[in-house]
Amino acid sequence: MLLRIRTMPPRRIWLLAGYAAAAAVLFCAPLVLSDFRLNLLAKFLAYAIVALGLDLIWGYTGILSLGHGVFFGLGGYAMAMYLKLDASGGRLPDFMDWSGLTALPWFWEPFGSLAFAVLAGVLLPALLALVLGYFTFRNRIRGVYFTILTQALVIITVTLFVGQQAYTGGTNGVTGYSKLLGFSLASPDTKRFLYWATVVLLIGAFLLCHYLVKSRFGKVLRAIRDGENRVRFIGYNPAVYQMVAFSISAGLAGLAGMLFVLHVGIISPSMMGIVPSIEMVLWVAIGGRGTLGGAVLGAVLLNSAKSAFSESYPDIWILFMGALFVVVVVFLPKGAAGLFGQLKRIGRRKAADEGANGVRHPAV
Amino acid sequence: MDMIVLQLFNGISVSSILLLIALGLAITFGLMKVINMAHGELIMIGAYTAYVVQNLFASYMPDEAFGWYFALAIPASFGVAFVFGLVLEMGLIRFLYGRPLDSLLATWGVGLMLQQIARSIFGAPNVGVTSPEWLNGGMTVFGGVVLPYKRLFIIGLVLLCLFAMYLYIYRSHSGRRMRAVMQNREMAACLGISTRRVDAVTFAIGSGIAGIAGCALTLIGPIGPSIGTYYIVDAFMVVVLGGVGKLVGTVFGALGIGMSNTLFEYWTTASLGKVLVFLCIVAFLQWKPMGLVAMRSRSLDN
Repeated sequence: MLLRIRTMPPRRIWLLAGYAAAAAVLFCAPLVLSDFRLNLLAKFLAYAIVALGLDLIWGYTGILSLGHGVFFGLGGYAMAMYLKLDASGGRLPDFMDWSGLTALPWFWEPFGSLAFAVLAGVLLPALLALVLGYFTFRNRIRGVYFTILTQALVIITVTLFVGQQAYTGGTNGVTGYSKLLGFSLASPDTKRFLYWATVVLLIGAFLLCHYLVKSRFGKVLRAIRDGENRVRFIGYNPAVYQMVAFSISAGLAGLAGMLFVLHVGIISPSMMGIVPSIEMVLWVAIGGRGTLGGAVLGAVLLNSAKSAFSESYPDIWILFMGALFVVVVVFLPKGAAGLFGQLKRIGRRKAADEGANGVRHPAV
Repeated sequence: MDMIVLQLFNGISVSSILLLIALGLAITFGLMKVINMAHGELIMIGAYTAYVVQNLFASYMPDEAFGWYFALAIPASFGVAFVFGLVLEMGLIRFLYGRPLDSLLATWGVGLMLQQIARSIFGAPNVGVTSPEWLNGGMTVFGGVVLPYKRLFIIGLVLLCLFAMYLYIYRSHSGRRMRAVMQNREMAACLGISTRRVDAVTFAIGSGIAGIAGCALTLIGPIGPSIGTYYIVDAFMVVVLGGVGKLVGTVFGALGIGMSNTLFEYWTTASLGKVLVFLCIVAFLQWKPMGLVAMRSRSLDN
């Protein structure tokens, strides 16, 4: 390990040190933040996991999905279903009672076990993404066509969840639970534990994405982004890579959804609709697509700004968000992470100009 | 029998509105490969224009003339949305050619801002537009089936717009230039067509049609700042299903989605109906990935 660090270029070492410092700060945050702030930060870190997944599929593979709200929501519902069954203690959940159901629907049964709920929260979104990806990427439906299809997926899922009130709780969603394995979700100790769990999972997700991106798999993804047909001519099947990347990305969104439910205590169709789905894309865009650190940073920064502004000035916040979209897309296609690069390049050019005055190259 | 006729009529009615909204989208998407998510807000602008025209008539014109405000509202909606589209193209869209996904995000941001501005001007709650007297009631066909005049009027309006678009695209000089740019931009530019101007005018016309769609929507129900978002995704599905480049594709795409939507919702529930329509579209794309009618091209990457 030490040997590897010694042979690294200094830039990598600084980057590594930065990540280590960020992780240390995250781990120590509960010592300084109030319970309310800690809960907010935990929520943002859960969002950062979605941003990582989105960056994998959009930043590295070049496929824009506006459907990540659905995957996020599926994960959230899986966790909420377990918590709800746990809270009802063997009786029918209250909203089913109101809707006139007399027995638990069959697909609710297995969610009585936490292990199943956690597995389903990751695997269901991944599976849905795999199926949708199979039917679209195989036929080379890509670019805007794919994006529109994912957006339609959001619409129908939200309509379905709102419409099937007896099974999903309708517009209100699934709420009204307070305990996880006997620990109260509202107590500061549990909250702190859940926060640390989120940090650990975020770091895990980051390392997973980092590994994927650096591996040969990641190189193929970038090649698909930059020239899908050339990749096909070399002999790869881009559809398989796109499907797998989309599926992993959806699984991460599902994981984030589960954590979100634990932190916030509610999941409803309004958290998986069109607006949240597009906001998720904005996190990645503002942080910098194609850089994993940028995605995390974008999710945390933008949500902090939102919670700071939107409560006092909701009107201005919406105008601001719209303008941010326009400015970032038109002027900063690489986001905040790209901004650093741009500044550095300007600085380097200046240095190069000064150098050019002093030393004359024989070639010029 | 009555039921079937009524469902058919409902299907055609829904299709016609979808068609009117998708028409503008299909043109801008087909020509410029720009996904205009602010199209829904252009619809909203058209709807609010009709609302303003109605209020002006109510306060400044004699009562007898009120019924005819709609005749003025349609061109006014077209004009206002046209100007908005022109400004949008000049100010933003032209920086985004060749980057369809970015255009989607940026125009979504514009749409968000327009919605908020509308909310500040007209208030967040929906406002109602009083339909003209002569559009109330309905036509009774055999049996007990009553076809509302409003819906019939909208279908007529859509047919008129379609016919006008047909004349413009296939029978006029600027339409010919537009098709040339659509099929081969470089070649058209070599032959001296100003592709910049064609793009701007086309985008503005697409926006103007969205304005007319908004005006028509005021006949159906109350209007609010988010009226456009309700229809926009369905309209995009029409474009995906119909394929890009020909009017026929859009017409059949709209008919397909509108009719199947009505039928599935009749057979099952509203929420399940939407799922079935989506599954049908995905299944259809397995068979024809480029949609019903796609423009032939030899290029590999498009």
